[in-house]
Amino acid sequence: MRIRVGHLYPEYLNIYADRGNIAVLARRAELRGHRLEVEAIGLGDELRPDDHDLLYVGGGQDREQALIARNLAAKGSAIREAVSDGAALLAVCGGYQLLGRGYRGRDGSVMPGVGLFPHETVAGTTRMIGDVLLECELVPGERHTLAGFENHAGRTLLDPRAAPLGRVVHGFGNDGESGFEGCRVARAIGTYLHGPLLPRNPWLGDWLIAQAVAHATGSEPPVFPVLPDELADEAHRVAAQRARARGGRR
Amino acid sequence: MERAAARAVGRLSRAAGRGGGTTLPGKLLWKLDPAAVDALAARLPLGVVLQSGTNGKTTTTAMAARILGAEHPLAWNRAGANLLSGIASALLAADGAKLGLFEVDEGALPEAMRRTRPRVVGLANLFRDQLDRYGELELVAERWRDAVAALPSETRLVLNADDPVVADLAGERVSVLRYGLDDRRHARPSLQHAADSKYCLRCGAPYVYEAAYVGHLGDYRCDACGHARPPLDVAAREIELHGLQSSRFTLGTVQGQIDVELALPGLYNVYNATAAGALSLAAGASLESVRAGLEGFSAAFGRFERIAVGSRTLVMLLIKNPAGANEALHTLETGVPPVLVVALNDAIADGRDVSWIWDVDFEPLLPHAQHVVATGERAAELGLRLLYGGLPRERLEVVPALERALDRGVELTEAGDELVVLPTYTAMLALRGILTERGLVRPYWEPR
Repeated sequence: MRIRVGHLYPEYLNIYADRGNIAVLARRAELRGHRLEVEAIGLGDELRPDDHDLLYVGGGQDREQALIARNLAAKGSAIREAVSDGAALLAVCGGYQLLGRGYRGRDGSVMPGVGLFPHETVAGTTRMIGDVLLECELVPGERHTLAGFENHAGRTLLDPRAAPLGRVVHGFGNDGESGFEGCRVARAIGTYLHGPLLPRNPWLGDWLIAQAVAHATGSEPPVFPVLPDELADEAHRVAAQRARARGGRR
Repeated sequence: MERAAARAVGRLSRAAGRGGGTTLPGKLLWKLDPAAVDALAARLPLGVVLQSGTNGKTTTTAMAARILGAEHPLAWNRAGANLLSGIASALLAADGAKLGLFEVDEGALPEAMRRTRPRVVGLANLFRDQLDRYGELELVAERWRDAVAALPSETRLVLNADDPVVADLAGERVSVLRYGLDDRRHARPSLQHAADSKYCLRCGAPYVYEAAYVGHLGDYRCDACGHARPPLDVAAREIELHGLQSSRFTLGTVQGQIDVELALPGLYNVYNATAAGALSLAAGASLESVRAGLEGFSAAFGRFERIAVGSRTLVMLLIKNPAGANEALHTLETGVPPVLVVALNDAIADGRDVSWIWDVDFEPLLPHAQHVVATGERAAELGLRLLYGGLPRERLEVVPALERALDRGVELTEAGDELVVLPTYTAMLALRGILTERGLVRPYWEPR
């Protein structure tokens, strides 16, 4: 079947190889007999809440992020509505920050956010840079790890009852202190992990595709047959070992 | 006293066979007495020339060395050791030098400018590069702006007018030489994926390109506020590219024009040659010595080196960031070799964050390559990149050990054919080390 993907501001938010994540989603959907239809949503485009099964928001350099922040915030109600109606979403790094309530700079200025994720981000004085390893349990009883790379000055502070994406095994995570990384609301995932994230963590790509299919069909997320992923497993193993050896220390 | 000690360490390090000792004595001097760099630089009677930029530093500086070195003995960091310690080593090693010529790491440029008090500073381009090390492009640009503002007004700036951020560094300064390309036949149909600096510096609207040559470098203008590429003082025109072999162009300057035959392929090497020409003219070279120097130049180490391996030719092209890698790959477009070895390491000098390989446009190459050997510490990651880019699984071999991958590449290449090797920085050093051990290339610290 057709999976409709809305890719927000690909011209502006593409700093950490976001197209790698899209390539993984497209290829793995195809191997399950689905077709990913990716629509670029730019500054002048309208976003309608029921037009997409999956939304993608990448990260940008500060300058590019500042150019789209207000436009994104204005699309906020459509994004929140899409997610509450069951659309899947992946937001990485800058996109993850901007989907929270807002970003407070060191000069006190506030960049408004979308208000999807229950968090706010505060600029820090040092950047948190390095390999990261997380442990996640998106489906109760199914534990997985995510290996990625983080590079952020912002400290993202989750609200007390917010659900993180995972527990930090090695690396900094949301704020370098809480021991948690990312955030999850329904079928929406936000994270600092790039690398890009999905090639070496294909299980998360499959989870997102299954959620998008569930949105498209209105039924339960399908369970996909396993694909041969030796190379991804090897890439994951090396990245996880990097996180152990040289990830950020809390 | 400290300088003598540092020189002795350099000799010892070479004698011990540890990588030529290009930075060890400099590191020592730098540690013992950082101000010695200032003093050594100040002793050069013809002063110091610096060259920086994300891509092309080593080649541009080596070309300028060929031009300027014909007339004056140089202190030059030929092996690409481009931090302050590398500059210190080059200064220590060059007894009797008249002119200092140094390529400088983008991050180290402000301090290098403060300490060496350059007569001429060449700035070529800013691309996203090793974000885990340098941070965002805007951060580097900001530090450059501050450093340039602190230069005395008589310092000559040689700026690439085709890069909006670099061209803008001129500000109100008078002593500026601007260079660029002027040949629309070589413009790319569109900006590359994930191009940098594509929004107007003044107002944020997207730039309109009359011609985009390499990444975001080109003839840009903003329709919203009128900001545009400034007029060129030194321009490469009538450019002809001859595949993987060579190129030729006309270099137009205020002193007249010259035709240049370059033994290097690719538009980015025309950029490097134009930059080297402009830099040398600003440093006082004649137009004729620019021509002679550029025509006598072959390759900087690891950058388009051709190495005979038995009856095969190994062509090594360093890849280190998306823009540079894309240009290296563009030169392969006409006549893709059937066998490629791509090597991805993730040491600090390569960038620990390997996500940049996804911004490299491998796609046009993959349908033509019969065999691709992915190697290096992050070989599996690279293999995934190539598979998702459309390379059929049966044409990909993942061989993490560099030496085995090199041998496998040679084995897959037919006699008389070319094997193209695309390594990141530390992988390039390691591969050159292997080739040196086998007696196929000269060690990099020895002059050609």
